[in-house]
Amino acid sequence: MLRFVLTRLALLVPTFIGVTFLAFMLIRLVPGDPIEIRLGERGIPPERLAELRAEMGLDRPILVQYADYLGGVLTGDLGRSVITQAPVLTEFMELFPATIELSLCAMLFAVAVGLPAGIIAAVRRGTVADHSVMGLSLTGYSMPIFWWGLLLIMLFSVTLGLTPVSGRLDVVYYVEPVTGFMLIDTLLSDEEGAFLDALHHLLLPAVVLGTIPLAVVARMTRSAMLEVLGEDYIRTARAKGLGGWRVIVLHALRNALIPVVTVIGLQVGTLLGGAILTETIFAWPGIGKWLVESINRRDYPALQGGVLLVATVVMLVNLVVDLLYGILNPRIRHAR
Amino acid sequence: MSIQTAEAVRAPSRLGEFWHYFSQNKGAVGGLIVITLITLASIFAELVAPHAPEAQFRDHILMPPAWLEGGSWTYPLGTDDIGRDILSRLIHGARLSLFIGLLVVTLSLAVGLALGLVAGFRGGMVEAAIMRVMDILLALPSLLLAIVVAAILGPGLINAAVAVSVTIVPHYARLTRAAVIAEKGRDYVTASKLAGAGPLRLMFLVILPNCLAPLIVQATLGFSTAILDAAALGFLGLGAQPPTPEWGTMLSSSLQFLVRAWWVVTFPGLAILVTVLAFNLLGDGLRDALDPKLKR
Repeated sequence: MLRFVLTRLALLVPTFIGVTFLAFMLIRLVPGDPIEIRLGERGIPPERLAELRAEMGLDRPILVQYADYLGGVLTGDLGRSVITQAPVLTEFMELFPATIELSLCAMLFAVAVGLPAGIIAAVRRGTVADHSVMGLSLTGYSMPIFWWGLLLIMLFSVTLGLTPVSGRLDVVYYVEPVTGFMLIDTLLSDEEGAFLDALHHLLLPAVVLGTIPLAVVARMTRSAMLEVLGEDYIRTARAKGLGGWRVIVLHALRNALIPVVTVIGLQVGTLLGGAILTETIFAWPGIGKWLVESINRRDYPALQGGVLLVATVVMLVNLVVDLLYGILNPRIRHAR
Repeated sequence: MSIQTAEAVRAPSRLGEFWHYFSQNKGAVGGLIVITLITLASIFAELVAPHAPEAQFRDHILMPPAWLEGGSWTYPLGTDDIGRDILSRLIHGARLSLFIGLLVVTLSLAVGLALGLVAGFRGGMVEAAIMRVMDILLALPSLLLAIVVAAILGPGLINAAVAVSVTIVPHYARLTRAAVIAEKGRDYVTASKLAGAGPLRLMFLVILPNCLAPLIVQATLGFSTAILDAAALGFLGLGAQPPTPEWGTMLSSSLQFLVRAWWVVTFPGLAILVTVLAFNLLGDGLRDALDPKLKR
């Protein structure tokens, strides 16, 4: 087991170094001079430019600059935002809980709906229920979620007036940020009704962000269940006289869950990518919206740091999924 | 008489067999029909569309679709904020979306295939280097990677296509490599090698044709990814720029009319959904028809 964990960890190192190099090159490839971007002024006299270059270390060989950058990254220095002058890492950590909260709720929605839907589709294979689940999930999978979000806003917020349009909490409430998770913070505060308001704000974005994972979970659950339901031990269980749903839930689902859990873990990339669009539409103050704003404001150090951090999060989650899969399935663990 | 019997018994051709399995999948056939219609509409856009995509009818700003009160069949799906016919813009936009899809799939397939072939065929350090780079690209959520590339290249339709291609290349490279490794040890490859076939011939003429099935499926699904992601880039302002009638761009430039004129926002998104869904249906059908493991 230890060997398995160490191998996977070792494989991660070159990828991480590669991602840092990608992030490092990013800021050098974007149009415009880093100094002009930083100072926001053009037409600096050449002597002053050379001086500034030397000051910022831009006149050194590129590999030396990279080593310098890598050293900074490893000590948690990801540079400063051009706009706010705050360290990129600090900004990221302030906004990240909002994205985690949104992503977790989206995943919860996806699993809560997708898992039962997939089970029903598999058990009632070939019926109207199966075809509906498959058709709907392929539609969800094909959904341009930025449009889906707008449609839901038009219906639930504008026409029916049921949900708020944007943000995480109504301005009438003041909630002290403790954990950064609005649902928890509102519970901790003594503002009456704040929790329900936060929940209201969370509902639509979570549904929008969860739509594609929902489709993936439903399809995966169906195919995993179909495979398991064809196994001999299911027939044995049925032959022993066990009731239909007991076999399905206790015997079949347990084994079908392994690939489903893996797929859920692998949706992290989809969720963080989707968060960029969802947060932009719902003005959700998380890292997705922050990344888009960084691009629009040409705040490249922020973009650079954000790219590196998002990639790191995705890699770590994928590693955990990989390890969990190894624990659940010994065949993977022992394969060399 | 005897000739007819002989013909009836003959094994179906590969194409015939493929069509037999493919046509059983109603969704896939539906997808194919929709794609054919969209393709025809985009080829003959000038003939099909009632108006020019940039023509502004200033007297008919934000007109609702024809079936609603105040609508007119002159503008079947209504007009936008400067009086352009939405249907005409959608039809011309279909041309752009299909073009993006084609460009992305061609670009990413060419690069991914070459990388995957070399990696699978050569092995060793070359393989390790190529596959590590692919891992790095896969570590980023695809939309974020596309945004970064688009930010480097600057906004625009072609740049958006290149950006999306970069995110798809690793998938083709991995798929090709896996297929090549599976085929490399087969006897027919060894036989060609002994017969004196060079590495290029082995790669492209001997091994590649036997790895095509999964690549064809992936290429079809690549169309839907390309159209979806390019529209997302357009929506974020990093893709095609107004007044280009690209669907995602149309959506983002009509956001402010969300409350007043739902049709301005609804139809471009619907066009994206229908097209992407059609390609996904087709891809699923192709997978079932081409994958011998699933055949009964």
